[in-house]
Amino acid sequence: MLNTRNTTLFELSGVRQAYAKPSGQDYVVLDNVDLSLRDGEIVGLLGRSGSGKSTLLRIVAGLVKPTGGSVRHHGEPVTGATDGVAMVFQTFALFPWLTVWENVMAGLKAKGVPAREAEARTEEAIDLIGLSGFESAYPKELSGGMRQRVGFARALVVHPEILLMDEPFSALDVLTAETLRTDLLDLWMELRLPTKSILMVTHNIEEAVLMCDRILVFSSNPGRVAAEIRVDIPHPRNRLDPQFRAMVDDIYGRMTARKPLVAPSPAAKQPPAHAVPLEHVSTNLLAGLLETLASPAYHGKADLPHLAGALQHEIDDLFPIAETLQMLGLAEVAEGDIHLTEPGRLFADSGLEDRKQLFAEHLIRYVPLAAHIHGLLKQSAVQRVPSSRIRAELTPFMSVDYAEETLKAVTSWARYAELFTYDDETETFAFEDAD
Amino acid sequence: MVWINTNISVKAADAAPNRWDVVALPLVIGLLALLAIGGHQMALPLGSVEEVPITLDPWMLPEYALRSTLRMLAAMAASLLFTFTYATLAAKSRRAGMLLIPVLDVLQSVPVLGYISFTVVFFLGLFPGSVLGAECAAIFAIFTSQAWNMAFSFYQSLRTVPRDLDEAATGFGFSGWQRFWTLEAPYAAPGLVWNMMMSMSGGWFFVVASEAITVGDRTITLPGIGSYLAKAIDGQRLDAVGWAVLAMLLVILAYDQLLFRPLVAWADKFRVELTGAQEVPDSWLLTLFQRTRFFRAVFAPFDRLFDRLVWLRLPSGGLSGGAAGSLRSVGNLLDRVPSRAVDMVWYLLLAGTGLWAGWLMIAFVASGVGWGDVGTVLLLGGATLLRVIVLIAVATLVWVPLGVLIGLRPRLAERVQPAAQFLAAFPANLLFPVAVVVIVRFDLNPDVWLSPLMILGTQWYILFNVIAGATAFPSDLKEAAANFRIRGWQWWRDVMLPGVFPYYVTGAVTASGGSWNASIVAEAVNWGDTRLTAHGLGSYIAQATEAGDYPRIVLGIAVMSLFVILFNRLLWRPLYAFAERRLRLA
Repeated sequence: MLNTRNTTLFELSGVRQAYAKPSGQDYVVLDNVDLSLRDGEIVGLLGRSGSGKSTLLRIVAGLVKPTGGSVRHHGEPVTGATDGVAMVFQTFALFPWLTVWENVMAGLKAKGVPAREAEARTEEAIDLIGLSGFESAYPKELSGGMRQRVGFARALVVHPEILLMDEPFSALDVLTAETLRTDLLDLWMELRLPTKSILMVTHNIEEAVLMCDRILVFSSNPGRVAAEIRVDIPHPRNRLDPQFRAMVDDIYGRMTARKPLVAPSPAAKQPPAHAVPLEHVSTNLLAGLLETLASPAYHGKADLPHLAGALQHEIDDLFPIAETLQMLGLAEVAEGDIHLTEPGRLFADSGLEDRKQLFAEHLIRYVPLAAHIHGLLKQSAVQRVPSSRIRAELTPFMSVDYAEETLKAVTSWARYAELFTYDDETETFAFEDAD
Repeated sequence: MVWINTNISVKAADAAPNRWDVVALPLVIGLLALLAIGGHQMALPLGSVEEVPITLDPWMLPEYALRSTLRMLAAMAASLLFTFTYATLAAKSRRAGMLLIPVLDVLQSVPVLGYISFTVVFFLGLFPGSVLGAECAAIFAIFTSQAWNMAFSFYQSLRTVPRDLDEAATGFGFSGWQRFWTLEAPYAAPGLVWNMMMSMSGGWFFVVASEAITVGDRTITLPGIGSYLAKAIDGQRLDAVGWAVLAMLLVILAYDQLLFRPLVAWADKFRVELTGAQEVPDSWLLTLFQRTRFFRAVFAPFDRLFDRLVWLRLPSGGLSGGAAGSLRSVGNLLDRVPSRAVDMVWYLLLAGTGLWAGWLMIAFVASGVGWGDVGTVLLLGGATLLRVIVLIAVATLVWVPLGVLIGLRPRLAERVQPAAQFLAAFPANLLFPVAVVVIVRFDLNPDVWLSPLMILGTQWYILFNVIAGATAFPSDLKEAAANFRIRGWQWWRDVMLPGVFPYYVTGAVTASGGSWNASIVAEAVNWGDTRLTAHGLGSYIAQATEAGDYPRIVLGIAVMSLFVILFNRLLWRPLYAFAERRLRLA
């Protein structure tokens, strides 16, 4: 099983992807990434959103040309769409005007496969992936799970050497995703898939441990490989197996270790304290998690994987909440655990008015951007600060999208804390009772 | 900013029950015939309108442009009033809607320039000896080019107000008036504003065409860009045509910046959707109004007044209760007796009126036209139909590939898109003289070479809709196509063309409707004493108008309306339905 781990199919080294920005400073998505894909293995790219893992997948597919580094397929440099690579999309990306049959056959037609062979292979792929009977259906007549099966059939029918999967199960509900995962793994283990290697992007730690032989954990801003983990648990893997749990906990621990994931940008000018990207997390979620942690079920301390399971949250949902609480000094996150701080417990036990006051104090103390805007408002004669000014202070140090997200985050928190508010018509920050 | 919506007459498959068209068509045309008969009788003793001399001095153009713009504004105000009443009544009362909606659908298909002659005569009769009549006629012509699609859009919005919002309004006990201003009108605003913009685009064409009208032996000129152009054509002054074109460009630009952009940017906040739009319309003027303390202070009292008015509690039952309230009560009145017997009487009444109007129309046409003429007119209609089909086909072959290529390059699309929308608004009839000069110079066949004029102004609808379609094409599908190496013809057939098709249909419907209308001015053009005529229904109507031959005009209009309706029903509506069913990106 998975024996021939010798041939290297695909190799990336020192890959860098950056976008030039008007300010002159590059916005770096991927920095110095090495990756090799070998015959017979499933490799997972695991990371938070914004860690550039989807971009990396597109570089392998030849859809995106990296700004630096080398990309080699069987030792040959890649130019244009890579040969022998097929992709399964998170959003399925089926052509809505083609039937299941036509969608699956599209890739073969493009390759100029003779009609007879194309039909035989299409039928084979449709049978293999469990779509028989649905050939004449249009994608919108199908459920999400069936649509993604079409996505798999369409990719496999071209007999790709490497199958790329971009969060293929994340748009599906929990049960459907599990069915598809095990179906795919069974086919892979039985060597019935016409493909030599699978490279998949995921933000679900359990999924990565369940499916992959190797996991590359990515850090964010810019995306880098923070760790490479080999998974040697034999298939079929059992989620309740202690070894499995230990590995999941270990990855959680690595991903929540204090400050390892946002690597300092070396050449860049050090930004002022308030020009740090913030992720918008609703105050309802913050309060909700604090209350959950304070409840008798947890007594102020919880294991993150356990919490994620109990709340049916994936890491992209749970981590931002946990990290925001940590940033605000309301909780501590370390080694895959989260526990309430004293103020965090106080918050959970208070009424709305006290909560707001506590939140406002912490916002001023721990979120430099909130303190900055608050300070500017106090100084301003008209008690108004245009958002364009703040945006201009942020954009030299982050992408426009991050700046938007950051402003959105600070606005919503400040509104909750009744620290200051934002007028959408004039696009200015102002004190609550101004005007 | 991209404005995409769909021509309502094609979309309204469910809103317009077909059997009622049978009543609606004769009703509309019969009404026109009635107008013609009445006007005919009234017109006889009428003295001529005081002549306003038009000079070709370019310095007069700002004033003329202002006059034209005011006409446009007046027509827009009338259209809004019409929209709020007609569409509300149609939406609120089942029985009224049964009649009003098919009538609206037919009205959309009637060539505006065709009946301008009756309305001129009618309004002149209404205000004898005063220039007001001619003004009203021009404004009415512009109004008829603007109002129908606005009313349709409003009607459809009213019919699709989200159920939860509707229930919330009922739950809080909103009166009809309150509901109208706090729920229904805001909900309909984005669609209505978009349709106003489209109407405005089309409107300039009719402003130009309606300011200098010759009916029979009478020529009526109103000071404006259109009459300036007519004078320039009379005097064969190409330089003056150039000035008129320039003035029009500036006017449209100013109109766009000062009125429409602010309106569109403002209406954006009424969009009912949870995901934010990728691109938020922006207007410097609106920003100025909203950000400046001075303007905020100026507008604040109006804001408060409007707020007071909106929440005014009006007795919802009485007829005195304001426009919306009373419309509702009229609707209620019509629907109050729910029995089948009343329905039957209502149907019979409608059918009877339809028959009577149809008879009226036939009798009027027969009074001045032999049955042989009907055959000729149908034949001429065929000629114009052929032109429209060929032109749409040619425009499609040219603009669809180009539009796709532009739309796939966002930076280029960003620049081309406003230009195409601008060109669509520019009244192409200003450029007709140039074409005539060329045709005369090279002695070209007018039957062939006048045809492109019909689509000169409307082809841009195809371009900018296709650009919008290609811009909106989902990037995951593009990636999938690249990943599976779908290229060449297969890429066009399986990937891109189906993706832009719904947008294309939207553009092509508008383009073909515009071309029918334009045929009346494009198939018969003058340059001084030179007159070029192409054989077709458009030139037939144009000639009948000049001769003041009302039965022939009515016949021409009836046949053209029939062609347009059939064209929409048999071609565009099935295509649109197909696009909705099969090609919609879920």
